[in-house]
Amino acid sequence: MIALSQKQRRVFSQIALTAAAWSVAFIIFFPILWMVLTSFKTELEAFATPPSLFFSPTLENYQEVFGRSDYMHYAWNSVVISMGATLLGMLLAVPAAYAMAFYETKRTQSTLLWMLSTKMLPPVGVLVPIYLLFKESGLLDTRTGLILIYTLINLPIMVWMIYTYFKEIPKDILEACRMDGATLGQEISRVLLPMCKGGLASTVLLSLILCWNEAFWSLNLTAANAAPLTALIASYSSPEGLFWAKLSAVSTLACAPILIFGWISQKQLVRGLSFGAVK
Amino acid sequence: MAELKINALRKSYGDIEILKGIDLHIRDHEFVVFVGPSGCGKSTLLRSIAGLEEVTSGQIVLGGRDITGLKPAERDLAMVFQSYALYPHMNVRKNMSFALELAGVDKATIEAKVKDAARILELTHLLDRKPKDLSGGQRQRVAIGRAIVRHPQVFLFDEPLSNLDAALRVQMRLELARLHHELNATMIYVTHDQVEAMTLADRVVVMNQGRIEQVGTPLELYHHPVNQFVAGFIGTPKMAFIPARVIGGQGHELTIQLPSGEHLTLPRSPDSIHVGAEVTLGIRPEHMRIVSPENANLTGQLDVTEHLGSDTYCHVNIDGGHTLTVRQGGDYEGRFGEIVGVDFDLSRAHLFDSEGNALDSVTRQAA
Ligand SMILES: Nc1ncnc2c1ncn2[C@@H]1O[C@H](COP(=O)(O)OP(=O)(O)O)[C@@H](O)[C@H]1O
Ligand SMILES: [Mg+2]
Repeated sequence: MIALSQKQRRVFSQIALTAAAWSVAFIIFFPILWMVLTSFKTELEAFATPPSLFFSPTLENYQEVFGRSDYMHYAWNSVVISMGATLLGMLLAVPAAYAMAFYETKRTQSTLLWMLSTKMLPPVGVLVPIYLLFKESGLLDTRTGLILIYTLINLPIMVWMIYTYFKEIPKDILEACRMDGATLGQEISRVLLPMCKGGLASTVLLSLILCWNEAFWSLNLTAANAAPLTALIASYSSPEGLFWAKLSAVSTLACAPILIFGWISQKQLVRGLSFGAVK
Repeated sequence: MAELKINALRKSYGDIEILKGIDLHIRDHEFVVFVGPSGCGKSTLLRSIAGLEEVTSGQIVLGGRDITGLKPAERDLAMVFQSYALYPHMNVRKNMSFALELAGVDKATIEAKVKDAARILELTHLLDRKPKDLSGGQRQRVAIGRAIVRHPQVFLFDEPLSNLDAALRVQMRLELARLHHELNATMIYVTHDQVEAMTLADRVVVMNQGRIEQVGTPLELYHHPVNQFVAGFIGTPKMAFIPARVIGGQGHELTIQLPSGEHLTLPRSPDSIHVGAEVTLGIRPEHMRIVSPENANLTGQLDVTEHLGSDTYCHVNIDGGHTLTVRQGGDYEGRFGEIVGVDFDLSRAHLFDSEGNALDSVTRQAA
């Protein structure tokens, strides 16, 4: 009798837990769902209160967005800038993390903390100096400029992540590699990097996502030439008042590539981000 | 020629000196074991030889070539790490061939060398496995295989067996000894386990606090430790130490008094010590016997007895708060709390001065 009720209680708590998990997931997912739904509504339906759940979907927003702006231009900028900044970031972060993880000094920890602390500074605080620097050096509205600034923004996180992955590698293995006659380059490329390829992949993914979604600097430092998708979205929100449906359509278009990308690589991302925990 | 000479080697980390002047000569084909308590600098010395640590001063010469400043790979040494340090993303074959590949050896030669090493170490059927699919003993053999394929002048081992369970450790110890004969190579082996040192070594280097205390064959160390540290470190159970005072001597005999008042006369030349000096008597468990209390060197109260089957270790509490461990035959039955006598084989006893240095025995001078 008691055993049965215990079992029942367990089943019940399992159901409750599942329900709770689904609710949380739904709450997180809801804005995206709503955005996608709205993008298929007419402007009128998009405004309606109470919101209409059943409507005949239309593609007119998408047609208008494609008609009015050169989506591919912005998308290509986003791709080039995200990949460029990620590549440059990795080229800088791997050697930095290597030095910190395997040749630790008493200042390494504080250097790491200091690097991370730069992330706590509100970006707007350095907007004017950066803007002026960019203007003077001709970097305004160039993809190079954005690649540089994104690299610098993400570098602390990338170094920190790669540092933690490197820390998991026993020093012995690198020493064995040195005994085996590997040069520093071979040691890193043939032993160290393959050993943390999961972690490196998630660092790359995270950097790509962060670059793709960055809006503050892209809005302030680009105009037409180097503007990525985030700037395209913004261009739909300000000048002519708010057009929810078109804004949703352009947002959906901007998010779609990275969402699909993230979906495909989510396993990798989760494994990388919980490296130490699972192993 | 794989003869290794180490001259006045020093190594400091910041202000802390870890190796305080090491002089050592390792002969070709020799199996030398560095032994000492944890933290005494054995690994640091081995890693300095390997080139993984930069030395502060001194010189390392291998086969007549000064290798002190060379990179690890240029020294023609191979090292087996305590953690095995296998490359987890490579299979056994790759792990073993990696060094040869880096050196640009041609495929056929690599294949032959790997096959040969795998045969010696009985790894042939495991060549395509990844390290994570191997047992501890197998991993250890791969680590050794990785060293063998390179045919180095000197093999370095840093506590290679300490991650294995006791049974496997004994088995691998035998395999290592066999391997040494088979390869006829110079091997340097680090361990904190004196049994491993005694069983494997041609010569043992006993280290303590960054210094070499004594270098010798296992039996030299056992019979003629130069100081109290070596005496206490070599041999299980440990040698017992009892403080004593010199009360007289003549000819080849020295008389000492134990704290409990007993007098003992040892075969020692009294020249090097004066009457009244504080000394320490050292005596091994196998050189004591439990006898009836009447005509014994010492009496004490029997504490715990440990039966190993072949031997019995009897712990006897004597005056002055000391405990002696006496090795008796396997059939010895003692009663807890019983008053027993302990007899010493004084010709095998050791005597140390107040600095801990051995006072040479007559037998040693004769030998
Ligand atoms: N990188 C290092 N920095 C500072 N001290 C170290 C370092 N490596 C080892 N030591 C110190 O050197 C001493 C000897 O270490 P080690 O050679 O590993 O000893 P053993 O192998 O005999 O146990 C220890 O006290 C250890 O704390
Ligand atoms: Mg050690």
